[in-house]
Amino acid sequence: MVMLAAYSEGAAHLTDGGLLAQWAWLIPVVPLVLMFGIVFFGKRLPMKGWELAEAAMLFVAVYGVALLVMNASDGISYEGSVEIARIGSFTLEWGWVVDGLSIMMYAVVGVVGLAVFTYAKGYMKGDVRYTWFFAAFTMFAGAMLVLVSAPNLIQLVVGWELVGLASYLLIAHYWEDHANVVAGNKAFLVNKIADVGLFIGVIIIGVTVGSFRFSDILEAIADGDSALQQVAFWGGLALFIGAMGKSAQFPFHVWLPDAMAGPTPVSSLMHAATMVTAGVYLVGRMFPLFQTDGFAVDVKAIMMVVGALTLFLTGLIALVQDDIKKVLAYSTLSQLGYMVTAMGAGAYTAGLFHLFTHAFFKGLLFLCAGSVIHAVHSNNMSDMGGLRKAMPWTYRTFLIGSLALAGIFPLAGFWSKDEILASISYDSGHGGGTIATVVLGVAIAGAFITAFYMARAVYLTFFGEYKGHAHPHESPKVMTYPLIGLGVLSAVAGFANIPGIFTGFTQWLAARPQVMGDHHAESIDFVLAGIGLAVALLGIAAGTRLWKRDAATQQARDTFRIPVLYPVLANKYYLDDLYAKAVVDPIKGPIARFTNWTNTYVIDGVVNAFGAVSVFLSRIVYQGVDQRGIDLAFNAAASATGEAGDAVRYTTSGRIQQYAGGLFVGAVLLVVGFLIFT
Amino acid sequence: MDWFETGWGLSLIVFLPMAGAALVLLMPRKQERAAKFTALAFAFASFAGSVYAAFTFELGSSSQFQLGTDLSWISAIGSRFHIGIDGISLPLLVLSTLMTLLCIIYSWNHWPEPHNPKAFLVLMLILATGMNGTFVALDLVLFFIFFELVLLPMYFMIGIWGDRTKIRLPGFKKEVETRLYASIKFFLFTLFGSAFMLLGFLALYFKSDPHTFDMIALAEAGRAGAFAGAFGGWVFAALFLGFAVKVPMWPLHTWLPDAHTAAPTVGSVLLAAILLKLGSYGFIRISLPILPEQAQQWAPAIAILAVIAIIYGSLACLAQTDMKRLIAFSSVGHMGFVMLGIATLTDVGINAAVIGMVAHGLITGLLFFLAGSMQHRYHTREMSRLGGNMKLMPVLGGLLGFTAMASLGLPGLAGFWGEFMALLGAFNPLDGLSLTVFRTAMVIGAIGTVLTAGYLLWMLQKVNLGEPKEEWTSKQWHDADRFELAAWIPLVIAIFAVGVFPKIIFGATDGAVVELIRSAFGG
Repeated sequence: MVMLAAYSEGAAHLTDGGLLAQWAWLIPVVPLVLMFGIVFFGKRLPMKGWELAEAAMLFVAVYGVALLVMNASDGISYEGSVEIARIGSFTLEWGWVVDGLSIMMYAVVGVVGLAVFTYAKGYMKGDVRYTWFFAAFTMFAGAMLVLVSAPNLIQLVVGWELVGLASYLLIAHYWEDHANVVAGNKAFLVNKIADVGLFIGVIIIGVTVGSFRFSDILEAIADGDSALQQVAFWGGLALFIGAMGKSAQFPFHVWLPDAMAGPTPVSSLMHAATMVTAGVYLVGRMFPLFQTDGFAVDVKAIMMVVGALTLFLTGLIALVQDDIKKVLAYSTLSQLGYMVTAMGAGAYTAGLFHLFTHAFFKGLLFLCAGSVIHAVHSNNMSDMGGLRKAMPWTYRTFLIGSLALAGIFPLAGFWSKDEILASISYDSGHGGGTIATVVLGVAIAGAFITAFYMARAVYLTFFGEYKGHAHPHESPKVMTYPLIGLGVLSAVAGFANIPGIFTGFTQWLAARPQVMGDHHAESIDFVLAGIGLAVALLGIAAGTRLWKRDAATQQARDTFRIPVLYPVLANKYYLDDLYAKAVVDPIKGPIARFTNWTNTYVIDGVVNAFGAVSVFLSRIVYQGVDQRGIDLAFNAAASATGEAGDAVRYTTSGRIQQYAGGLFVGAVLLVVGFLIFT
Repeated sequence: MDWFETGWGLSLIVFLPMAGAALVLLMPRKQERAAKFTALAFAFASFAGSVYAAFTFELGSSSQFQLGTDLSWISAIGSRFHIGIDGISLPLLVLSTLMTLLCIIYSWNHWPEPHNPKAFLVLMLILATGMNGTFVALDLVLFFIFFELVLLPMYFMIGIWGDRTKIRLPGFKKEVETRLYASIKFFLFTLFGSAFMLLGFLALYFKSDPHTFDMIALAEAGRAGAFAGAFGGWVFAALFLGFAVKVPMWPLHTWLPDAHTAAPTVGSVLLAAILLKLGSYGFIRISLPILPEQAQQWAPAIAILAVIAIIYGSLACLAQTDMKRLIAFSSVGHMGFVMLGIATLTDVGINAAVIGMVAHGLITGLLFFLAGSMQHRYHTREMSRLGGNMKLMPVLGGLLGFTAMASLGLPGLAGFWGEFMALLGAFNPLDGLSLTVFRTAMVIGAIGTVLTAGYLLWMLQKVNLGEPKEEWTSKQWHDADRFELAAWIPLVIAIFAVGVFPKIIFGATDGAVVELIRSAFGG
């Protein structure tokens, strides 16, 4: 197998995209404007604001796909910007970048978003805050597009924080319930902790280069800027910590499973398909920083290890979840781990290709799960079973999604996962060293786990006997059509990049002015692809043996416990407990109370003591100070304020004037003495 | 309007409220409506004047003092009536007149006990003159007078209309009403600082040659090295005490939570929105240009105190059970970011400080309005008793959520720029300042943003979200009324506007700040 160290054709023939690119600022602006429309007028509209949200997504989808098609024939690279303020030597700009990477994201956000928003019309029917839901959801879309379209780090931070806000609002959508609010807070705060890294990274890199524009930064990297080289490792690491928060990498991953408290469409679009990939996107946007010798190349090893840990550890937890959304959430974590690992292996295309395919099949799986939950009124697979007859379309599409996720030929996940394995394997021979070899093993093991837990989810949900209490039925068309649409995409999206046969995606993504220094496969690695497929089939086979064969007892077998391992997994490696007991509780409790105690008893103790002593001294020393005069002034003011008199008289007896007078006399004496002295 | 630009405009902005106060004073106490309309008219005229001044102001030369005048005043000591605004004072002046106007609108039918709108309005208008005057004064004596003028009205506001619950101070036997303790503490603390500040002013006067109180002349003398050495160090220390108490900087901040919590709603709003800024403005306007050498020596210490304030203030917030006290303590942390920006002595940092001051004024002002209206309805500020406010009063709850998000520095809203740019400035402080200190400060400050988010989210969780407690569900609730909305909506719009389009502030400040840094530090 041959890997290209750099994409040779990429930078050569790029167009500026013409009017379509110049007007691409509309992509984030239209959803944001319509969001305000929903907030102010939504309730008065016939469909309660949904129509505006859907229109926004339709616009983004059409625009994104149009750009994608144009980019496929001729690479586009365009950057527009407007100055919004100038601060010393820095310029704050708002802009929009239209290149291979951002176009791919526009299309994904638009297409998956359109499917999810359509679906949400049925799913959210009768919701207590239906209009508000679509306002917040549309705000998310707008914020995500602000992030994706950002031509500079500051705008990226703006979008980044705003999607975090949308995430908080939508996770805590049912805020009457305490648990949902806690989940929202957790998501916000864990991300905020990682954002410390993002902020610092942005500052280090932006200030060192003297510009926050990606184009300037990447140019400085291409020129081998020595000042940037000195800080590149710390800047890159800090940025990556930010990415670890948003893309929920170990050990920041804890917020994502709890985020499932939000309505399922939110889980689908934000917490699977798009928002959580923002970290991967950021690494992709800054890719040369990590890939160019002399800069942050050392961060890549950290990325690989973090990604591998995430993909393996969270995949295992998915095995013991009963809540179907939690299974998918842990699966999302695991797949994000794959993406990050790929980026760490220097595989820009493979990592982002997996982002692309994953958006379709994981978005789909969540929508299917929502459809099931809608039917059985429970999130738990122990209340499901045997649903394939009652919900044929949900079943079929869920199966396609699961197989795609498991990496079964020829569905989408097979291609992207294979490319990741190939790139890690390449990296192990080209600088990645032993770490890459170990990570390759972990990634292959992860493929087994993925297939295994998805087989379990399919069997427990759709096979065996129905154990719930509601009467399951297939969802309405407004929900099943989006499933079918995403099902088709999950089946075929992988054909966008078949090394050696059709390298469309590679070229789309390479449409950027800078050379990415990407490692990507030039032909299919049949050995690795075979191993990946075999392992996935093995996982399905094992799952089938455990949960399909004897449908009557599958539930009983699901609860069988492996000693030691089961409690560890069920308790999520005790990380939540550790964070709560070792970090959050002490800060909220004793540390905060101690701080407040020092305020009252130490600092104010000094203040009060000082006051007491001063009053005492003033009584002795300044008895002769013109008390009457000052009293008169105060009383005059008091009569002006009418019935305030009583209170004033009370305070005047507090000898405040003596004290004040004393201070001023003291001050004047001091200054006179001081002047004589100097 | 030539007359407007030759000092009359600014003088009117400053003294119209005072004239209004005199007029209201002459009215019989029974004529509440007349008093209210008079106060409103004068406050509005002052605000309109400041807006007109903003449009007349030439942004291209924002480092020049404009629209001012320089008249002989107290010739015996060479103190002159020298006023003018540059790009740094302009946004603060507009903020000050705006907040006064909104406070009067809000007060329309929200009078704290013991009522007496006439007296309250008089105090508010006198306060306005003091605040506006501080931002336009270019003479140290004039500055001092305005700076001190705000003290009395605020003292009476807290002492008379403040919180009447009794507290027992640690180490004292007798219980005392909160308002009395808080007002005296506020007064004495500030006076303590001002005494030293006056001392510093006098020292500068006697040291300068020829003797002058003129800030511009003193800044020139300072650049020429007239106040070098130990003398300057002492003066800086004296001014530092005066301004640091007002900001307030840790550990001189303890008057703030008491005063804010005890003050009537409008008092808290003005305290937070404007009075705190007098301190940080003093640093920028007086300490840095006149004593640049000492500023560089003190900068690391100020930065350290600033980050202590950020962390300490946030941690203290986490321990609060009283909603208003929590908001009060949040000012300590937010002003920490402002001071961190100032301490960097860079154009980025001081721009950040000014926009941070404006943002804090808008956001914390609004938070205190909301907290006041909540207390007015629930008759308690204990967060453990509240909950589900969103359900009982969606408009009030929604605004509280919005403002809390603004306060935690959400991009797109005003609070983000001050915080982020202050950290940015701290990464590369003025040449010669310790990189270790400032970069550590940057990291700790960034961690402070997490704690800030923490206490605000937990506040929302306790107050706004969840199901309302049983004791509230049977009551009749009145959501925000039109006077409240009239006072709040302009703030919401301003928070959005500054967040989305920070040029509103930076466009004015940048030129002035760059010139300040260039002339004082050559950077």
